[in-house]
Amino acid sequence: MCDTCGCNITSGNAHLVTNDGKLAQTPDGKSAVFVLKSLLTENDYQAIHNREHFDKNAVLAINLMSSPGSGKTALLEATIEALGDEFSIAVIEGDLETENDADRIRAKGVPAVQISTGSACHLDAYMVHDAVHKLDLETLDIVFIENVGNLVCPASFDLGQHRNVTLLSVTEGDDKPAKYPVIFRAADVVLQTKSDLLEVLDDFNPAKAEQCLRNLASEAPMLPLSARRNIEIDAWLTWLRDEVATQAERVAKHEVTKPAIQPDGAALHLAEKGQSA
Amino acid sequence: MHELAICQALIGQVEQITLDNNAEKVTRIVVKIGPLSGAEAPLIERAYPMAAAGTIAENSLLVLETMPIRVRCKSCLAETEASANRLLCGECGDFHTELISGDEMLLAAIEFDKAN
Ligand SMILES: Nc1nc2c(ncn2[C@@H]2O[C@H](COP(=O)(O)OP(=O)(O)OP(=O)(O)O)[C@@H](O)[C@H]2O)c(=O)[nH]1
Ligand SMILES: [Mg+2]
Ligand SMILES: [Zn+2]
Ligand SMILES: [Zn+2]
Ligand SMILES: [Zn+2]
Ligand SMILES: [Zn+2]
Repeated sequence: MCDTCGCNITSGNAHLVTNDGKLAQTPDGKSAVFVLKSLLTENDYQAIHNREHFDKNAVLAINLMSSPGSGKTALLEATIEALGDEFSIAVIEGDLETENDADRIRAKGVPAVQISTGSACHLDAYMVHDAVHKLDLETLDIVFIENVGNLVCPASFDLGQHRNVTLLSVTEGDDKPAKYPVIFRAADVVLQTKSDLLEVLDDFNPAKAEQCLRNLASEAPMLPLSARRNIEIDAWLTWLRDEVATQAERVAKHEVTKPAIQPDGAALHLAEKGQSA
Repeated sequence: MHELAICQALIGQVEQITLDNNAEKVTRIVVKIGPLSGAEAPLIERAYPMAAAGTIAENSLLVLETMPIRVRCKSCLAETEASANRLLCGECGDFHTELISGDEMLLAAIEFDKAN
């Protein structure tokens, strides 16, 4: 992994560090060692383990992130209604308190594990691991992980998912991607939710929201939809079907995938290293 | 709490490298951190002494160096400076860029007192 291969060293930052791994003298005569190691935390190792669980069972794991109330649970309800017969789905629900969201999912006839995070405003790989072991992964095609409503720290915790979905509801302003670049940059697809409300919210400009996303150098599709009225949900379903199919192909070839952008950019820099090698 | 986990990972790596170099006491650690890493420098500074307490890095100085945000354009290949919410090519304005610096969190250097 990136911890040992030094793939975080890129042509962009290599010149900032010399004597990689060798002892050297500092100007004041003390000895020093120069390294360039990305700081993989215990959480990152646990996430790798989680991903192995998913891959072993040919399951696609999707992490949903957004502000509180952007429509994550409503989207899952609509998705289960549309694809419940086609795929075997389960949901891991993260909330500070209550089983409400898990109950909503169970009412749709799908297994749901509720994680009550207490004071933690994000899910981490350990919590997800506990939940994973309460699911019968062998029988599943898709596991959705609904993260705690929060646009800041969920982006920094790898859970072992394959793809990140970030929701932006039209009630929260079209400049959100500019205000929270880390989480929107991490998205493999951005869903513009509650689009049925656009007709009454004239200050949300979808073109501007997309521009803010492109300004983050993101090529992620931005799909408008409404879970409430089931309008335009098809593009999302198509994206999902494609992801299930490609995950199955990868598993057959023993390939592992992660979201396009990792918290520490390891994946991107890995690709770059491949190019120059 | 995220920042404490980062500091614990940092101390773990520092301990290993210190052992590998037959050193006994760490005096200074340099970490390079990019604005797009998702970690907050002030929170790391506050968490560091807690993570270092009782380890060979206790009372060591943590130096955080902010990495510049730089992108390489996939269209014109220019490498330019950018900002956290404007990762566009500084030459041609294209958004098809890749980040070459600015999202990292790297242990860069350790300074120590060597045994004898
Ligand atoms: N008009 C409209 N309302 C929606 C839509 N989707 C969700 N809502 C409403 O928005 C509110 C919050 O929706 P949830 O699905 O609970 O949002 P959430 O992101 O799961 O919320 P947390 O889990 O608390 O972060 C509810 O009152 C939903 O009925 C939509 O597409 N259109
Ligand atoms: Mg919810
Ligand atoms: Zn690597
Ligand atoms: Zn948090
Ligand atoms: Zn396990
Ligand atoms: Zn360019």
